[in-house]
Order: sequence, then C-alpha cells, then structure tokens
Amino acid sequence: MATTTSTPAAPGAIERLQPRSEGQWAVVFRRFRRHRLAMASLAILIIIFGASILAPWIAPFPRDDIGLNRTRLPPMSVDPATGRLHILGTDHLGRDFFTRVIYAARVSLMVAISVTTLVAIIGSILGLLSGFFGGWVDNTISRIMEFVATIPDLPILLILSAIMIQNADLIVLPTWIIGPVAWIMAVPNREATQVALLILVLASLGWVGVARLMRGMALQVREMQYIESARALGGSNAWILIKHVFPNAFPPLIVAFTLGLNSALVSEVAISFLGFGVQDPTPTWGNMMGFATSYMFNHPWMPLIPGLPIFLCSLAFNFIGDGLRDALDPRLKL
Amino acid sequence: MDTAQKNGASGEILLEVRGLKKHFPIQSGFLRRVTGYVKAVDGIDFYIKKGETLGLVGESGCGKSTTGRTILRLLDPTAGEIIFDDPNIGKVDLAKLNRAQLKRVRPNMQIIFQDPFSSLNPRLTVGQIVGEPLEIQKVASGQKLKDRVAELLQEVGIRPENMTRYPHAFSGGQRQRIGIARALALNPKLIVCDEPVSALDVSIQAQVLNLLEDLQEKYNLTYLFIAHDLSVVEHISDRVAVMYVGYIVEMARTEQLYYHPKHPYTEALLAAIPKPDPRKRTRPIKLPGDVPSPANPPSGCYFHPRCRYAEEICKVERPPLRDIGGEHWVACHFAEKLQLQGITPLNEIPLIELPRRQASVSATTTAATQIPHPQSLSSQV
Repeated sequence: MATTTSTPAAPGAIERLQPRSEGQWAVVFRRFRRHRLAMASLAILIIIFGASILAPWIAPFPRDDIGLNRTRLPPMSVDPATGRLHILGTDHLGRDFFTRVIYAARVSLMVAISVTTLVAIIGSILGLLSGFFGGWVDNTISRIMEFVATIPDLPILLILSAIMIQNADLIVLPTWIIGPVAWIMAVPNREATQVALLILVLASLGWVGVARLMRGMALQVREMQYIESARALGGSNAWILIKHVFPNAFPPLIVAFTLGLNSALVSEVAISFLGFGVQDPTPTWGNMMGFATSYMFNHPWMPLIPGLPIFLCSLAFNFIGDGLRDALDPRLKL
Repeated sequence: MDTAQKNGASGEILLEVRGLKKHFPIQSGFLRRVTGYVKAVDGIDFYIKKGETLGLVGESGCGKSTTGRTILRLLDPTAGEIIFDDPNIGKVDLAKLNRAQLKRVRPNMQIIFQDPFSSLNPRLTVGQIVGEPLEIQKVASGQKLKDRVAELLQEVGIRPENMTRYPHAFSGGQRQRIGIARALALNPKLIVCDEPVSALDVSIQAQVLNLLEDLQEKYNLTYLFIAHDLSVVEHISDRVAVMYVGYIVEMARTEQLYYHPKHPYTEALLAAIPKPDPRKRTRPIKLPGDVPSPANPPSGCYFHPRCRYAEEICKVERPPLRDIGGEHWVACHFAEKLQLQGITPLNEIPLIELPRRQASVSATTTAATQIPHPQSLSSQV
C-alpha cells in the first residue's frame, strides 16, 4: 500500500487534481447501453411518449370528431366526402384511429406511470420502515400488506365504475388530484375523475409487491456495518434511512418500477377493455380495443390498431426492466 | 470489584465498566414468549486508562464484540454501568444516557470495524464516507469539510485525491484505513477496535497495526482492542483482558498475563499459540468438552467443567474478578496456588546457534530441553 503523504494539499485544490472517478450511475448506464433490445425499446417508448405529449399538434383530426358516413374505414383510406387521409382508418363512429391512438397513449401511459410512481413511493416508504425498524412496526405493516394483498382490484373497480356511470357526482375527489390529471389529459374534470379514481384504486391495491421487495432490502442493508458506524457517529434513524438504507435498496426498486409500468399498463387496458375503467369518449387503448372487438370478424384490423401500441409498450417495459436488471447487477460481467 | 477505588484514584481512568450485562432474549413459539436469555456479556468489570490499549481476547462467541458494541451503546446494556470520562461533560454513565445526550458524547468514542467491505457504504464516495461524522455532528461543511477530509485521509496514508472515488476501488487494507479516518474525524478519545486486522493479510495487518500505534501516540488515543489473535494482542496491548463465556476471567499487564498467567483458561489459550519452530512445539492443553452455551452456562465457575484444576467449590461458587496484586485481576478460586505455564519472553529464549554439521544432533536436543514453552515468533508481527 502506498502510504505517500505527499505535499499538504492546498485548500480547494484537491478535487481538481484528479478527475472524478466514474460514478456508479455512469457504470450502470454504460452497461445498459450494451443491451440492444433495451435500447430499441427505449427508442420506441420515447417515440410513443413524444407523440402522446405532442398529440394536440400532430393529430390530424379532433379527438371526438364523429362522422357516421366514414365508419370503420381500413388503414390508409381516404374519406370520399372530405378527401382526407385516415392513416389508421376510423372506428365504429367514424373517429380517426390515429388521432385517438395518440390521445389514448396520454391516458394509458399517464395511468401506468402515475400508478407505478405511487406504488413505488408507498411501497418503498412502508417497506423500508417495516424492514428497518422491525418489531411492532414490522408486524403492523406486514399484516396490512397481507390484508391488502388479498383484496382483488377488479370487483372494487367494478363497483366504483358502476357508481360512476350511474351518478358521477357521488364520488368527489379533491381538485388537487383531479386538476393535474385533467390538465395532462386535456379533458374536462368529469372525465378526469374516472381516470384519477382508476389510478388511486390501482395504486392503493398494488403497492404490496414493492413493499415486500423493499422490506427485504432493508432487512439486508440494516445488518451492514456502515449502518452501525453511522449510529456510532450519532446519526439519527432518519439520517441512516435516507443516507444509507434507501440508496442501497434503490437498484432493485428501479427494476421493479420498470416492470411495474408494464403491469399497471396492462391492468388499465384490461379494466377499460371490460368497460369498467375509463369511459368513452375518453380514449384509452383498452376501451378502444373493447369497442373494436365487436367488429373484429368483418374488420379484423380494428382491434390490432390499439393492440399494437399495447403490445409494443408492454414489451418495451419488460426489455428495459431486463436491461436495467443486468446493468445494475454487479456480479454480471457485460 | 470496585476497580476505580483501587486503581484509578488519580482520575486517569477513561472508561470504567462495572457489572456490565447484555442478555439477548430467546423467543419461541407462536406468541414469541421469552423462554430464556443468551447471556452474551454476563457481568464484566474492567477499566481502561487514558492513552493505553486494553486488549480483549477470547474465543468466537465469548462476547468480545458484544462488549465493545454495548460500551458504545450500539446495543443497550441489560445491566451495569459504563462510566466514561468525557472531556467536555466529565464522568458520565453511558448506560443511562438518552439519545440526545448520547449524540453529544459520541464524538469522543468511536469504533473501527472488522470487515472492511461492509463497513463502508458502497454508494458513497470516500470523501462522503470520511466526511459523514462531520456532517452528522455539524462540525464542518463546504470547503472546510473537504479540507478536513483531505487532512484525515493523509493522516491514514490515503492520497486525498482519492476522495471522489468509491470504496470498491480500494483494497482491504486501504478500506480499513478509510474506516480509521472516519473514526478519527471527530477527534475521539476512545476507539473500540473490533478485530480491525482479522480480515487482512499478515503483511497488511502489520501496516494497519503500526498506523494504529502511530495515531495513538500522536493523538493520545485510548484503544479497546478486540481480537482473537493472541500475537497481535500481545504486540499492541498494554494490558490484556481474557474473556470466557461472557465473563472476564483474567486481566493483567500484557507481559504479566502472557508470561505468568494465573487462570487455567488463559494457560490453555497461551498453549494454543502456534510455534513456528517444530522442534519447540509444546503439547497443547486439551480442554475436554465444548465451550458452554451462553444461553445455558454451567453452575459456579463457568470454566469448571473443562478445568483440570477444578475442585468442589468451583461447581458451586462463581469466583469474582479480584486483584491478586500488581493490577493482576483473576477470577479463579485458586489463583494464588496454581503454578501455570505462560509463554517464554522472547528475550529469554536462548538463541540457537545454527549448529555446525557435526554437532547438530546434540545442539538441538539441548536447546529443546532448555526451553519448555518457547515463544511464538509470530508474535512479533
């Protein structure tokens, strides 16, 4: 070991002497970039995401523009009345599919991202507290987790959406929840309520998996000696949780987050497909597919049009999750 | 057992532990009822004077590390007093302090860990790790913090330019140095060294031990040095305490303990030191049976089932740790009577002249008979 105690460092000069060594995240990103499928998936997601954000500017038609003389047009067909091209054709009410698919991306992706974010926040807070403190805290949180895990989300959503359809004013959510949702989707508050409700239900029933993961990580990390060292230095529990436990429990959370996006997307699609989630006219990939399936025997392309982005997004989330898992695993040499 | 009165009237005792106990409950069954206790530390007494090194030795699981952690209140003691002479507050009983009070005392007592891999957070840079104590105790921030970290790193022999690197870029010995820098950051008085060199190569062990000694001299540090390597302990300690099943059985000045042990367990430990020269091998004292479980220790003296000198009284009465003169503390009923074998001081071993070819046979035999318990050469790490 070189014990060179060279010249005493001038104040402030030290960090300039050597370039900062490659940080952990730089390493992860370098490893991630070698995963080709994940990179391709990232590109596809960025395109879909970009299109959904730019929907008002790139959509050729208004979202709910009904035209009963041009229903169920196949892709790339021209409306004889207006002479305008419908790239992906039209749905059963003559609304432009391309327009609705990119608007639906807003809803579907926003639901997926916000559900997963909520799940990650609730799950990691409860999981870390449970694993780190143990004892009665762990007992209480673990029992709550077991209880929540047994609640099936579909019947609950069914009941709620039945109420919503019957009487929209029965469920009142505060405006600070509805407002942002309505703003992102660019829809009136009434439509946003359904979506917000869907998000809340999916998130409040879906956090158990993440919480269990984070509990396990906390149990593992809290035995490390640097935790003991921080205690010996007088660090509070909050300090230890934020500085030591959370950063070390973080990598699996990222993977869980990416894979969680997929499952949230698919649940939203499934629920809307069944007609219990977001209601027409607000488009989501799920309810578009639900309507299209009625016509699939004569117009087989119709369910494929919303189906393809679902398929692509779902696959992309999975590949990115895989790529991140490999990139974050220090034992794997890439 | 009132060690303070007998030895520390001058007030130079930094830490005094009286009747310290740490029992871990054993829970079993559906209702998690407490069915017993693991008596990891079972009523120990010792003291450390300012500027000295007290070695704490014993087998695995005898409660050495638990003792160290309990003193630092990383574990809460079951009973007993831990009296620490804080330079700012004066003498305080650490066992009675609450969180906020402890935080004020903590800068003066630190710990160095055994495992250089799990003792540094892999997600923080070396600068952040060494700067953490300063941040927690709000001693310095910004540029001042960086300068102090650089100074500390230099002190332990790590180039300060390395402070933006992560722990994985360093070897075990370097990591241990970083851990030492972190422990030094707040200018502590007492450092508990929990097997600081056990995980290192022998050559690196020597470097780290020398660093610890240099730092001790420079900053007048006091060490509680926990180890199971008797030669390392002999090298670094002023005094040594021997633990057996959660109890200190003997405590004396290093030479006294190594050369003239008064407790049968110490004798057996010393006989187990490997001798590098096969001609000087001694027959190790074979202790019958196993180390008793601290959850269910034997009656009387915990060592009696394995002790070859045990008598009736040993089964009934637990001998207290008492001073038999000259700061030699022993917990044995027969400490004065027993004639026990220690190891031979290095300077008393006659140098064996490498025999010329012809005289080789007679020279080795005489040398071997002269030295009943030769010194282990490995003790001069």
